[in-house]
Amino acid sequence: MAPETKHLEVTLDTHVESVNLAEEMCVRVAEAAGFNEDECYRIGMSVREGVINAFHYGNQEKPEKKIHLAIELTDERMIIHVLDEGKGFRLTDVPDPLAQENLLSTSGRGIFLMKAFMDEFDVQPGKTGGAELVMAKRLPVLGSPHSNGNGSASNSGAPHQEA
Amino acid sequence: MPSLFATTREYSGITLVDLSGRISLGDGSALLRKTVRDLLEEGRTKIILNLGDVNYIDSSGIGELVSGFTAVRNRGGELKLLNLTKKVHDLLQITKLFTVFDVFNDESTAMRSFE
Repeated sequence: MAPETKHLEVTLDTHVESVNLAEEMCVRVAEAAGFNEDECYRIGMSVREGVINAFHYGNQEKPEKKIHLAIELTDERMIIHVLDEGKGFRLTDVPDPLAQENLLSTSGRGIFLMKAFMDEFDVQPGKTGGAELVMAKRLPVLGSPHSNGNGSASNSGAPHQEA
Repeated sequence: MPSLFATTREYSGITLVDLSGRISLGDGSALLRKTVRDLLEEGRTKIILNLGDVNYIDSSGIGELVSGFTAVRNRGGELKLLNLTKKVHDLLQITKLFTVFDVFNDESTAMRSFE
């Protein structure tokens, strides 16, 4: 039988409230998928940072632009896409916030947090322009410390290694 | 409902700001910015932010803490942190800001650090 993929897609306004909305949506999906509280926090924070990035840097806070959020649940992973309508950027151009000269910077930590909190993170050119952030977290094995014990998380029995 | 609340107390020229809620993009970050700027306008430059009831900070909130730290230092003062929750502690650790801020778990020790 082919693996089942669940897919949820929403288009958000370029507005501060969209940041909270996206975070809440993804945390609910993560809870239902079986992630424990700590992992839900990390997923929620990562989505939040992704949408802040789209809101502020991608769409330049222009209300006529949209933010496209997609969540995929496969048998193994929760994958989140955040697409903006900006000019796009390359991951290699993002300054390292841990570098001594950047420690007192008041911005520029969002990408770092997404990379730290998710198992996979990448920035791709959006199909219609802009930047598409793609981040993923492996589903917890039921009964593992990363599971909340009541989700539809992967139960294939295959071990999942931590990043 | 506001996402962050702030109340200030003053002892011996040191201002303690008790914060509760979320320091995140929007109201929370804006309130923290205003609170620190208002204190500086009043000439109060010895500031302790009590984060014991702050359960969430995002990158915007982290940026606002750094901004406050720099603004106070530029006025010849110091801004210190008190009572970090585990989530906030971990965030400051992975962003290496633990090496920047003076962080305390005890109010009286934090107060004495200004002597």
